[in-house]
Amino acid sequence: MDAIDNSAAVAQEPKKSTAVARFQARETRRKWLVAGCQIAFGLSFLAFWQYSSGHLIDPFFVSSPIAVFAKLWDWTISGYLWYNLSMTLFATGLGFAIGAGIGFVLGILFGRYKFVADVFDPYITAIYSLPKIALAPLFIMWFGIGLASKVAVSAAVVFFLVFLNTFSGVREVNPIYIHATQIMGANSWNVMRTVIIPSATAWVITGLKVSVPYALVGTVIGEFMSANRGIGFVIAQASALFDTTSVFTGLLVLAIVGSLINAGLKLAEGWLLRWRP
Amino acid sequence: MDAVIDIRGVEKRYVGRKGETVALQKVDLTIDEGEFVAFVGPSGCGKSTLLNMISGVIEISSGTIVQEGQAIRGINRRVGYLTQTDSVLPWRTVEDNVALPLEYRGVPRAERVARVKRMLELVSLEHFAHAFPKELSGGMRKRVALAQMLVYEPKTLLMDEPFGALDAQLKLVMQAELLKIWQSEKKTIVFVTHDLSEAIAVASRVIVFSGRPGRIKHVEEIAIPYPRDVFKVRFLPEFERAYESLWQELAPEIERGEDL
Repeated sequence: MDAIDNSAAVAQEPKKSTAVARFQARETRRKWLVAGCQIAFGLSFLAFWQYSSGHLIDPFFVSSPIAVFAKLWDWTISGYLWYNLSMTLFATGLGFAIGAGIGFVLGILFGRYKFVADVFDPYITAIYSLPKIALAPLFIMWFGIGLASKVAVSAAVVFFLVFLNTFSGVREVNPIYIHATQIMGANSWNVMRTVIIPSATAWVITGLKVSVPYALVGTVIGEFMSANRGIGFVIAQASALFDTTSVFTGLLVLAIVGSLINAGLKLAEGWLLRWRP
Repeated sequence: MDAVIDIRGVEKRYVGRKGETVALQKVDLTIDEGEFVAFVGPSGCGKSTLLNMISGVIEISSGTIVQEGQAIRGINRRVGYLTQTDSVLPWRTVEDNVALPLEYRGVPRAERVARVKRMLELVSLEHFAHAFPKELSGGMRKRVALAQMLVYEPKTLLMDEPFGALDAQLKLVMQAELLKIWQSEKKTIVFVTHDLSEAIAVASRVIVFSGRPGRIKHVEEIAIPYPRDVFKVRFLPEFERAYESLWQELAPEIERGEDL
């Protein structure tokens, strides 16, 4: 049974009791403990890597953390890092925006019109089961080795994830909300704006979150195959020259960029879905 | 008094794999302006179905429902509907939820704010204007839905077990509030409930539905004059008489329902 009186709700800040304070203290302690263990693990991994490089394995294959961070520093101050990273980020961002935009609009359309969805279903499934990366050579043929082919690869990857998630999100909307708002006077655009899109947000965000790393992957793979600039190009070129340190540095940059983008999305998700129980 | 809602020969049949099932059979009913009508009956008797047909949410299989001279086809935008299930939008704050119908009608912002504020005061949720529905109890969410329905001032209100989830005391408070609004704003109310005493306490006419297939079995005029005091109405002899008579009609239906 639901509590009925207003004091059950949390609109006013209640006074902190000792039990609450103790609970919060325990939570804080736990958070710090986790953070401490994370740092400790990272440091011991780096120490082990540094030690084994030269002692256990030839540095030619595994390089070493010191060499990698030195390289990263070099790249940063020489502008080489930004010169390549900006290209990768730009292609990823553009591909993400195009893929997500088209995926979102088509997802809503297909979700709203069941007939359209039923007609196109086998085709969507067929294209979806293709590894999108296999499209990269085609895109390079069509768009050349410049920016456009990378944008196309990441857009193709992102499109499907966002499309399918938006589609499911729209199909999941509770019809009660649609009827209730229609009786209140909503026209179809009102229903779309105030019911369908907010309700599908959770799904759309999941699609976006999953697809961001893939957008990065799509771009980098495009750059592997043919490019003259970008982190993927740097890695491919370094591996051709057996420059392990640069390969690791490139990978490190990708890992950091991916984590930062994910952290940003998580913040956005927390704000957009603050209404969720 | 003029008929606000005129229900003629309305039936609801569901077509499934096993053939047709009749949910509601040949209903004829006229609801006059300013009436407060309650539907009671065992579960599955089609009382909610009839309400859903008046609101246009579900299709009428045969027959017609005419509201103010206009036949109902598709969603009915001339009523306010308080559904049984929670229809408050969880992604909007309380005040944004209440403002929703005004937003749809293009009411200017300043007026919107003022009317929402007045409504929140009416349902005593003014301190929760910025809360999301998840922060409210079930009863508070019901009050948000009530405010949302009243804010655009529909003349006809449809209510499907609106106070079913509330505790006994709050239920009485809400009933009193509803009666006050009904009298001061001259609304027509169609009210579905499974609570016989609630029906007698608020309604001017109680319609008893029989179990499946649902049809109107009995109509009882409640002779208790308005304004009524919902807290004391139960002790009046007229209440007792009405209860007695309605229970006699209802009890066999409920027993029959148990056997199904």
